[in-house]
Amino acid sequence: MLESIIVFTLVSGGIYALLALGFSLIFGVARVLNLAHTAFFMLAAYGMFYLVSEEMGIGLGNIPSIIITVVVVTLLGLVSYKLFIDRIREHHAAVLLLTIALALVIQEVLLWRFQGDVRGIPSLIPGFTEILGIRVLNQYLLTLGMVAVVIIIVWLFLSKTKMGIAIRATANDPEIANLMGISVSRILLITMGLATALAAVAGVVVAPLWPLRPIMWGSPLMMIMVIVVLGGLGSIKGSIIGAFIIGFVATVVSLDPFRVLGGGGPYLNVTFVLLAMVIVLVVRPAGLFGTIFEEERL
Amino acid sequence: MLRRLLKDFRWDVLPVPGRLIAVIFFVFVFSFPLITQHPYYVRMLTYTSIFTIFAVSWDLLSGYTGQINFGHALFFGVAAYTSALLYKYLGWQPWATMPIGVLAAVAAGVITCFPALKLRGPYLSLITLAFPLMLLGIVMAFKNVTGAEYGIPFLPSIAGSRVGEYYICLIVMTVSVLIMWKLTDAGSRYVRTGLIFHAIREDEIAARATGINTIRYKLLAFVIGGLFAGIAGALFAHVRGMVSPGTTLTMTMSFQAVIWVIFGGIVSIYGAVVGVYTLYPLVYLSDRVKDLFASLYEAVPKTSALVPLRAILQFIQEVAEYPILVLAVIVIVILLFMPEGVGVWVRNKIERQCPRCKLTNGAWRRECRACGASLH
Repeated sequence: MLESIIVFTLVSGGIYALLALGFSLIFGVARVLNLAHTAFFMLAAYGMFYLVSEEMGIGLGNIPSIIITVVVVTLLGLVSYKLFIDRIREHHAAVLLLTIALALVIQEVLLWRFQGDVRGIPSLIPGFTEILGIRVLNQYLLTLGMVAVVIIIVWLFLSKTKMGIAIRATANDPEIANLMGISVSRILLITMGLATALAAVAGVVVAPLWPLRPIMWGSPLMMIMVIVVLGGLGSIKGSIIGAFIIGFVATVVSLDPFRVLGGGGPYLNVTFVLLAMVIVLVVRPAGLFGTIFEEERL
Repeated sequence: MLRRLLKDFRWDVLPVPGRLIAVIFFVFVFSFPLITQHPYYVRMLTYTSIFTIFAVSWDLLSGYTGQINFGHALFFGVAAYTSALLYKYLGWQPWATMPIGVLAAVAAGVITCFPALKLRGPYLSLITLAFPLMLLGIVMAFKNVTGAEYGIPFLPSIAGSRVGEYYICLIVMTVSVLIMWKLTDAGSRYVRTGLIFHAIREDEIAARATGINTIRYKLLAFVIGGLFAGIAGALFAHVRGMVSPGTTLTMTMSFQAVIWVIFGGIVSIYGAVVGVYTLYPLVYLSDRVKDLFASLYEAVPKTSALVPLRAILQFIQEVAEYPILVLAVIVIVILLFMPEGVGVWVRNKIERQCPRCKLTNGAWRRECRACGASLH
């Protein structure tokens, strides 16, 4: 039981970390709460399914499928940002509604194309490895490796490169950044691309692990909203640490090692996770690592 | 009395297109069973009036006070489940269970307030989004009490016939909308709530500085919103005859209210009514629309010149199977091109306010009908 809790916490925490990182990035920089974020993630998972699967799709190899999926989903994210979100970025309620509508469009189009049945693809690397006497599926190791590599790349990009510094400057104060010669609208577009690419990578690694259904965007959306609230909206360190905390809570509640929930665990994990968010918001509205922006303080 | 009414109609309703449309609308919905008593259409309009209460209560809470609540389904679901559970375990009849269900929804509104009053902006939306989903998890987990996804079936009806139910829902809807309209009327001489709600939305700090206890009024908004959403929920449970989590507590349910209101026009009670009465029948009738286009498709002769027409008909037929897709696309288009909402947009086209005496006139007039001032 303990070893499966550890493995599942690491894997789900890693996937949530990728998703929450993008969500938090686009909120921190553009102040856009992109509720369609996990819809892009779902789109990438289905794209992977379409490209890899023999009977429903075109049966490409793994590596080209991954590359095509990530590129296409990122482009779609950029187009939808430019066409829709950018125009109404200033109005919080409108952005929330528009991104939900976008997510619903993606959901219904997938439902149209692939019907509501549960889909899945085989593991990218079959078999398992034994680590310290525990059998771990190779797919889990691959997922963890990819998550770690991507997070390190993003971290280096944001802290070392000139572009990353420009992104962080824009997040801090767009007007001053603009005065320093940074093109804010271009930075926002790049950030949206980066965030969607992260969601697409998460979708690619999830395709062999989770059952694919056109409604699969709802529950991870809940999870990443909780994570970014826990870590502090806009804080990157916070969202990575928060992802593993929430991954742990969700895993423990679902697996229910002490049998206290009477079989209701899989349903109650959302309840417990959201309860954690409500408590954090009430006790410390800025989250663990976040700062409250001046205009949002009551 | 009658003569007075006629005079009012002649001078205050006929010259203002918006009011005339409202009168025609109410005459139409009240005489609808005279046109057809087909259960399919009567049922459709019954649900429409229930959801109108739900959408208007969201407009009052979120549109007027600016507390964007993304978990309005909580109040709806709490009322529906409370009255269903009271019937299932205590055997109470609808006239007893429904008021208690509504009270439970009000209590839910008060409880939501405690965390919600501390937050604003996106944080408030996120926390309110969480509440119905938490309740959904609890409902799904306690299978033997709530029946999980199968819900609680066989609830008693509130009236003997479909038409009776229709009239009860319609009258409750009319009264609730009138009350909410009066409560949010910023120009009212009798209640101050409308003005204060506007003030809180525009600038809460300024409102507080002028001596308004904003916390108390936000609490009041949550209570009123919860009350009317609860009425809608309790009615829905007994009209439908069952409650299930899929139709009461999901995120879709919460967002549907937002979609209806934004479509019709936020911060205007009539906009919410327009939104529900346009979009709900549209989604409800999508099956019929599909059948209609299928028969049209069959009727078009199979000549090569008509291939594009046949392709278009087939495409519409396929799209009609996904009403949510149509709804979402409509929302995106409305947000981008008509951000004030369809109801408000149309009203601005057909009505114009006199700059001198603030009386509404038809847009075709050159001079105000009361004071003669030029309207251009």
